Amino acid sequence: MTYTIVVGWTPNIFGRAALTAAAEQARLRSGGRLLVVNATRGDSYVDERYATGSELEGLHQELRELDVPADVHQAMGSDVGDLLIEAAEQADAAMIVLGIRHRTPVGKLLMGSVAQRVLLGARCPVLAVKPPEDG
Amino acid sequence: MDSFSLLWDGLANAVTPVNLLYALIGVALGTFIGVLPGIGPAMAVALLLPVTYGLDPVPSFIMFAGIYYGGMYGGSTTSILLNTPGESASVMTALEGNKMAKRGRAAQALATAAIGSFIAGTIGTLLLAFFAPALADVAVDIGAPSYLAVIVLAMVLVTSVLGSSQLRGFIALFIGLTIGLVGLDLNTGQARLSFDQPLLADRLDIVVVAVGIFALGEALWVAAHLRRTPLEVIPVGQPWMGRDDWRRSWKPWLRGTALGFPFGAIPAGGAETPTFLSYILERRLARKGHEFGDGAIEGVAGPEAANNASAAGTFVPLLALGLPVTATAAIMLAALRNFGIQPGPQLMVEQSDLVWTLLASLLIGNTFLLVLNLPMAPMWAKLLRIPRPQLYAGILFFASLGAYTTNQQPFDVFLLLVFGLLGLMMRRFALPVLPLILGVILGPMMETEFREALALSGGSVTGLVNEPLAVVVYVVVALALIIPRIVARTRGTEPEDQERPEEVVRR
Repeated sequence: MTYTIVVGWTPNIFGRAALTAAAEQARLRSGGRLLVVNATRGDSYVDERYATGSELEGLHQELRELDVPADVHQAMGSDVGDLLIEAAEQADAAMIVLGIRHRTPVGKLLMGSVAQRVLLGARCPVLAVKPPEDG
Repeated sequence: MDSFSLLWDGLANAVTPVNLLYALIGVALGTFIGVLPGIGPAMAVALLLPVTYGLDPVPSFIMFAGIYYGGMYGGSTTSILLNTPGESASVMTALEGNKMAKRGRAAQALATAAIGSFIAGTIGTLLLAFFAPALADVAVDIGAPSYLAVIVLAMVLVTSVLGSSQLRGFIALFIGLTIGLVGLDLNTGQARLSFDQPLLADRLDIVVVAVGIFALGEALWVAAHLRRTPLEVIPVGQPWMGRDDWRRSWKPWLRGTALGFPFGAIPAGGAETPTFLSYILERRLARKGHEFGDGAIEGVAGPEAANNASAAGTFVPLLALGLPVTATAAIMLAALRNFGIQPGPQLMVEQSDLVWTLLASLLIGNTFLLVLNLPMAPMWAKLLRIPRPQLYAGILFFASLGAYTTNQQPFDVFLLLVFGLLGLMMRRFALPVLPLILGVILGPMMETEFREALALSGGSVTGLVNEPLAVVVYVVVALALIIPRIVARTRGTEPEDQERPEEVVRR
């Protein structure tokens, strides 16, 4: 029985926090494995949250150090949250792990959020973690 | 040096706080637009044309000059950091520039592009101040037959020499000529191609055509290809150059200027040819030949100087003959006409204040460009994070506003949509845009000269070739059409460069 955990990953501190938390969860279960998803809307010329060559290498390095079985998946679509939910459903995932940002209610009002979309739409439990640096 | 004392007076006129502000706005907007792939200086000038209706000619031209030079420079930033040329003139910059950036020399590549642009633009403007009046003196004696021949030359060169396919070029040119025919006949007042529409009989406004083709066409094209894998942008700090970079850059700058200015000034349209030639030249000359293809600074310095020098060069035929050879110059000609100014040999005499102030403003804009861009390059690169839907929503807003304000007619907004669809189709079938715009703007001029020549000769065809200059120009036209074919036949290959700028840009 595999226990797949989908990680919403970006090449920054939020992605790292999510990855670390997801690896901890995976080690607790037998057959625990990660599905690292990195997604973009692909509608700007540059999206620094979409990993490129060297960042993907860094991710694989990190995964080897964490020593959990993992797959990496990159996706592009109109809504990054929906892409995560879709990936979770296809992999029959038991959990989704996300790194989230500290935000005030007003900030939330102004800025859309992938985390919110996932929390509302996912069928499985969602674990949201904040990176230690982000107060 | 009479020209230079006049230029000095122009400088004195141009340096007022308000004019400097417009120069600053123009350079900032131009760079903004140049940085974004797919949006060139021609589109920027077309979009901002309505803004200048409320301004005097001098500040608006100061702004346009800033946009033109800024757009020329801005393209180099994306070429270097992203390997995506912002406009076709920076295609050559991308070859070496991006490789330099990948080797961690992005700061030097940006610096040599900015300083090279500044030097080439300054020298180019001084050359312009020298040559434009001289050409205008000669041009006063040019008769209708020769003028017609020069227009034909410009059309043939732009259509057949540039771009990947002569057939596509001529298709675009003839679409443009047809659009130029719509409306009342300038001589007899008969309505042509107006389909009994009084609004069409009024003739089409070049602004509506240009904004439709450039802005709306591009927006529709982007909408049809919205999602693309994001590109890897190379992070960069403050641009700077070491002593070795200076030593290796200054000669390519001067050589690029020497290539760029004449190619801008002859009606061969645009900066593609001189940037390409400059790149080839630098690669041949490079002592460290092995570094070419691996990020040689000469390969950035030369083409970048060439494209700004050619931007200066395009003002020579524009001011002295009233003949635009690039899309941007075509829009500027339309803008001049909106102010009731008819460029041509008389302009230097009748509006000499304006001309010299314009030339001085080119120098000012160029200086701002250096001041603005050297420290702000990292900020410009951030523009690339703007999501396309938001960006093009803004462009569409200005496009519609511009189309409406030309005549305060809702019909013009409808026309904008029609030309937008035409622009989309042209991109779909890889038809170049420049021949079309030139066709629209030069077509009516050509017709006027043609009829005048025939009227003078009483309808005899010999009236078209009764000036020696006209005959010489027609021979050049024939050679321009024949030589590539002969070369192709003897070599057994296609007469095109391996580089096909449009396609690189369109991707």
